[in-house]
Amino acid sequence: MSAESINPEERSVGVLPEGPAVKQNIARRQLIGQIWRGIFFFAIVFGLVALLTLILDVVNDSFGLIATQSEVDEQEITGGRELEDLSQAELVAILNENLSRRVLTRLNREQPLEERDAANLVEVIETEVLKTELVAVFPLWESLTQRAAIEERVTERFPRAELSWKAWVNWDFITTPMSSVAFNAGVRTAILGTLWVTMLTALIAIPVGIFAAIYLEEYADHRVWYNKIIQTNINNLAGVPSIIYGMLGLAIFVRVLEPFTSGAFFGVSSGGGATLNGRTILSAAFTMALLILPVIIITGQEAIRAVPNSLRQGSYGLGATKWQTVWNIVLPQAFPSILTGIILAVSRAVGETAPLILVGASTFIVTDPNGPFSKFTVLPIQIYTWTQQPEQEFKIIAAAAIVVLLIVMLFLNATAVLLRNYFRSKRVSV
Amino acid sequence: MTTYDIDSSNANAIEARDMSIYYGAFRAVNKVSLAIEKNKITAFIGPSGCGKSTVLRSFNRMNDLVPTARTEGEIVFRGKNLYAPDVDPVEVRRRIGMVFQKANPFPKSIYENIAYGPRINGWRGTKAEMDELVERSLRGAALWDDVKDKLQQSGLSLSGGQQQRLCIARALATQPEVILMDEPCSALDPISTLKIEELMFELRQRYTIIIVTHNMQQASRASDYTAFFLMNSERAGELVEYGTTEQIFHNPKDERTEQYISGRFG
Ligand SMILES: Nc1ncnc2c1ncn2[C@@H]1O[C@H](COP(=O)(O)OP(=O)(O)OP(=O)(O)O)[C@@H](O)[C@H]1O
Ligand SMILES: [Mg+2]
Repeated sequence: MSAESINPEERSVGVLPEGPAVKQNIARRQLIGQIWRGIFFFAIVFGLVALLTLILDVVNDSFGLIATQSEVDEQEITGGRELEDLSQAELVAILNENLSRRVLTRLNREQPLEERDAANLVEVIETEVLKTELVAVFPLWESLTQRAAIEERVTERFPRAELSWKAWVNWDFITTPMSSVAFNAGVRTAILGTLWVTMLTALIAIPVGIFAAIYLEEYADHRVWYNKIIQTNINNLAGVPSIIYGMLGLAIFVRVLEPFTSGAFFGVSSGGGATLNGRTILSAAFTMALLILPVIIITGQEAIRAVPNSLRQGSYGLGATKWQTVWNIVLPQAFPSILTGIILAVSRAVGETAPLILVGASTFIVTDPNGPFSKFTVLPIQIYTWTQQPEQEFKIIAAAAIVVLLIVMLFLNATAVLLRNYFRSKRVSV
Repeated sequence: MTTYDIDSSNANAIEARDMSIYYGAFRAVNKVSLAIEKNKITAFIGPSGCGKSTVLRSFNRMNDLVPTARTEGEIVFRGKNLYAPDVDPVEVRRRIGMVFQKANPFPKSIYENIAYGPRINGWRGTKAEMDELVERSLRGAALWDDVKDKLQQSGLSLSGGQQQRLCIARALATQPEVILMDEPCSALDPISTLKIEELMFELRQRYTIIIVTHNMQQASRASDYTAFFLMNSERAGELVEYGTTEQIFHNPKDERTEQYISGRFG
């Protein structure tokens, strides 16, 4: 039917395709759709490949063969037997035979040899008697595919060296504090620091962020000029580089509020992990909280805005006050989405380095943080410090620390996602 | 403007006196005065945009939620002007409940949907008493038999008509005197619509009902009184005629009413 037949007086206003042109037109539209679909798919593939490369790279560095060489041959001391096969008494005998009086006194003072178990004694023999040393490390891929070549090379250069597998990420690595020797260094202090700073940051930023979002969405009148200014500023703050927050944190929390952030005001004295300056976990947490606050507020506002107005009306219509409506109807409905914003924001805080360098995270620290007033370090800073060292082993433990950081992040995220799913399922929906 | 007082010997549930309602500078409703009789169903009819919903919402101050809205005139309820400065809209809405065009059950269980109203209004009692209140409200909305086995299921799992009756049950639970309904059946099939109409007849014994409808048949068969609204030349809604449904539909005094109900304009 053409336009004329409907109303002959009406002027023609363009033509819609008719006959074979319809098929052509549809084919073209479908093709465009297919092309876009391909582009979307490519985006996903690109993201996945990038992520996978990153993970493979750090995993490649964190596991693999190592070559160790002892100054003294094991067989010589044990008389041809394996250290691991010896009894506790035999191990003690070996130590007494091979070590100087001075070293023995020191070891006995730490813990009498007779009271130590076999595993510990083997370790002591390896470091004190055999003086085992790391001479070469190989990444995972090379270790797997070119084992023969590696063996050849190692025997050529270090005839007495022994090849063995080493997982750089292991329980010892996680539970040992920092050390200036890469082989002995661990990330215990940094993990604890990261957990402390993250938890405190979340504790400060989450309630403040949610409350601010509620105020801006439910209470503030957007026609009033000062509310407009507040809103614009929050939107802009989300884009401010993190280093600026670091400078702010340094100026305010470390310097001006030092009596509070150092804990002096609360009667915290030095000793333990405490410092008597403002470069504490508390300052770091406040700085990080400021950094992620705009993101939490903005995503929170989006979540609150997405709650259908009809639900609010229904609640008001029953005689609910604004507060009751927000608390009982709006928040439960918005909470899963609010949590998504929180997850993203807190993840960002876990990975941030720059502001914490300014606020004064320590680069070398061996004491566990034990409270908000401790000095601290965090995983990203630990990683950064290690990558700056000239020795290759430090680069390897940096990779291992990255694996740990990823695991910590995964753990925090998984907890938050589970929490979100729990709230989603509680929010009974269609 | 005359006040259409239907029958002064009968107590009025609620009465509008010279109500004008503005959205910003726009006058949406112009000097509407009418008295709603107790325990009767009053229907508001009129073409789209003539201010029926606006007038209805002014009866329980839901218009206060629109930041630009402003009112002149009085709504008298229990001998008091609801727009007097010392009246809190929160209290008004407990006494004058509302059912919306689109069913809007809360994303909670059926039970919680009903219990919500009493709880937020400071209800106190035992779990057993709440169970009874929930049952009574659901029975009141003719929904009990449909849902008695699944009170813990989501209110959103019900059909459209059931959801609307859930919203009515929810309104009943706060023991209102007047129930405002804004096109409650516009999204429902004829069977569900009939069910709601039957329900309205039941409810009439204890509540006063005001209903906005575009369905002339519904107005004529389900209401006792009918008010006809129309926009004036400045697009402000005005009350044209108000009387018993019988009179409005069979013997309209105003020519425009007659044209509208016979489907000749609007
Ligand atoms: N929140 C609002 N803000 C501004 N103007 C509004 C608002 N709500 C309604 N209006 C205007 O007020 C007038 C009356 O609207 P109202 O919703 O009361 O009409 P109605 O008679 O209920 O129409 P319908 O039958 O289509 O529901 C309309 O011109 C509408 O545009
Ligand atoms: Mg309407």
